[in-house]
Amino acid sequence: MYRYTEFDEAFVRERVAQFRAQVERRIDGSLTEDEFRPLRLMNGLYLQLHAYMLRVAIPYGTLSAGQMRQLATIAERWDKGYGHFTTRQNIQFNWPRLCDVPDMLDALADVGMHAVQTSGNTIRNVTADHFAGAAADEIEDPRPYAELLRQWSTDHPEFQFLPRKFKIAVTGAPADRAVTKAHDIGLRIVRSGQDTGFQVIVGGGLGRTPMIGSVIREFLPKADLLPYVEAIVSTYNLLGRRDNKYKARIKIAVHEEGLDRIRELVERRFGELRPQFAGADQKLLSDIRAMFALPPLTRAPVMRFETARRRDPAFRAWTDTNLARHRDPDHAIVTVSLKAHGATPGDATAPQMRALADIADEYGYGELRVSHEQNIILPHIHRSHLHEIHGRLKIAGLSTANVGLVSDIIACPGMDYCALATARSIPVAQWIATRFEELKIEHDIGPLKIKISGCINACGHHHVGHIGILGLDRAGVENYQITLGGDGTEDAVIGQRAGPGFSSEEIVPAVERLVFAYLEMRKSGDETFLETYRRTGPAPFRTALYGGERARAA
Amino acid sequence: MPRIFTPKVITANALMEGDVVYLTADDLWTRHHREAELIDDEAHAQVRLLDAERRCDEVVGPYLADARTTPDGPAPAHFREVLRTRGPSNYRHGKQVGLV
Ligand code: HEM
Ligand code: SF4
Repeated sequence: MYRYTEFDEAFVRERVAQFRAQVERRIDGSLTEDEFRPLRLMNGLYLQLHAYMLRVAIPYGTLSAGQMRQLATIAERWDKGYGHFTTRQNIQFNWPRLCDVPDMLDALADVGMHAVQTSGNTIRNVTADHFAGAAADEIEDPRPYAELLRQWSTDHPEFQFLPRKFKIAVTGAPADRAVTKAHDIGLRIVRSGQDTGFQVIVGGGLGRTPMIGSVIREFLPKADLLPYVEAIVSTYNLLGRRDNKYKARIKIAVHEEGLDRIRELVERRFGELRPQFAGADQKLLSDIRAMFALPPLTRAPVMRFETARRRDPAFRAWTDTNLARHRDPDHAIVTVSLKAHGATPGDATAPQMRALADIADEYGYGELRVSHEQNIILPHIHRSHLHEIHGRLKIAGLSTANVGLVSDIIACPGMDYCALATARSIPVAQWIATRFEELKIEHDIGPLKIKISGCINACGHHHVGHIGILGLDRAGVENYQITLGGDGTEDAVIGQRAGPGFSSEEIVPAVERLVFAYLEMRKSGDETFLETYRRTGPAPFRTALYGGERARAA
Repeated sequence: MPRIFTPKVITANALMEGDVVYLTADDLWTRHHREAELIDDEAHAQVRLLDAERRCDEVVGPYLADARTTPDGPAPAHFREVLRTRGPSNYRHGKQVGLV
């Protein structure tokens, strides 16, 4: 695991000390809110509907057991005993008091964590495949590159006032679990003959103008990563529209200028920058890489796993949905669902965080991950330990067997917390999960991604949900618009609007009708919802939603 | 045709906790919507908002929110403001804890 250098440590401590002084000056009235706001945002502190919210970065989603325990302590000591894991591999604390935030930041710094650049028009927390370093299909662990990018971008003097926020995602596997095509820059490690390098994608993003990123460079040698990314960001820094915040993201620049023009400018700038990177970054990279080495894996028989599967049906169901293939056949990647039916997607209590930290220490080499799907990952688990772990998770209320199914819903905080929201999203997720649990059909339905946002900013990724739900305010009443056929993987597609929205009473039955329409139309149990949708097109799903007449009118 | 002015209250978040507060007629910040001053005159609303904005060492982001009259005092008109009087719907946290 990456360990902070003395430089990182000193930087973070200094930032906390500065912020402590700023908070004091805000409280004694010497700073106005207008003066203080940009300062608090730089330190991850938002004001939501009912309280402040502290957003803490979990770089590339990787957490140690010790860090997880510290998050539990922070949740208990300064918040209401829980934390909310988000789609951007952050954790948010929803109830801090202003005067406590500097202490919280110090407690984070104690375990090498911080809230720097989780807000503002900077390069944000770099996200990565949550199975990085463990997945069977991986070409190379993307996290050393994510860490290199983090070090390069943190406090980068040229990039503190970009036209708008800037998000980078990295994956090292052909199956894209990091939604790289919906980021300002997406990096995918690819092979070309003997070499590996990056496919560079630019201009993706969700929000009010969702766009799938385009490939700006098919193959970038790995050594050129920083100069090339810097060339993109610096081209964007000049071109990005500062006149209109809704048109300020790089996706709009790519759209308005055209990909070819952007590519030409980036390549020219790259030509200037490349000689300036004289190899120091490569030396740094090799140091970083050593910290991400695979732990020495347990060697033991795996028979107990098969025996337990035969004897314990609950365990079997859980292994069917919550395990992924590890690069070592005797190990598995465990996804711990934070989506118990009816619970708030992404929330974990302090005791749950501790239970996860203990399991990680005892069985998982002390490693944990946070996924953008708001679940927790135990990346390296020997198969012989799975049954015990399942038992432990059950006690902690964490053994829900639903990963990738209808009730594994992504939902943004929506109007229960977020000041920008136009409708609630958490209750909709709770109702849908509860309803499908009653119907007892989610295992039969199979893979289906429902994603919910509480406003057009699309923090809940609804555009790339197989079923996306967007909460709006229609004349003072919550109204939910459905999009269909979205996909956040390597075949990324923005979902299409189905038609008029639904009230909060109508939305769950509407989702149910979609699912039943799929079950009737699928060719076999193996054809997923998305495959059926792609085969039939939207028409039969619209009919299911609106009946024959209205579907034709829509 | 001139726009009809709908009654308003002034609301903000308390500086320290971020909790929702409302301005009363006697210039206090209350945590209860029903104790807020209901303002039905546009010019007066603007003056009161200026008053509130000056008190930036007590509150953050004061604004005018639509409200309506009830026998118990002013009540929020929009569902966003209703949520702000209570707290989130997924946990009994925030103001609803103290409510009966
Ligand atoms: C108070 C809380 C939040 C605020 C104020 C906020 C604000 C915003 C805004 C304004 C945008 C649109 C940016 C743009 O298009 O230029 C956005 C996008 C986004 N936010 Fe949030 N957000 C909040 C919470 C969250 C949470 C909890 C998550 C994770 C669950 C999240 C993840 C994202 C993602 C993934 C996007 C869209 C991707 C993109 O920008 O292209 N945000 N957010
Ligand atoms: S999508 Fe909208 S409501 Fe949801 S968290 Fe983002 S800004 Fe808030």
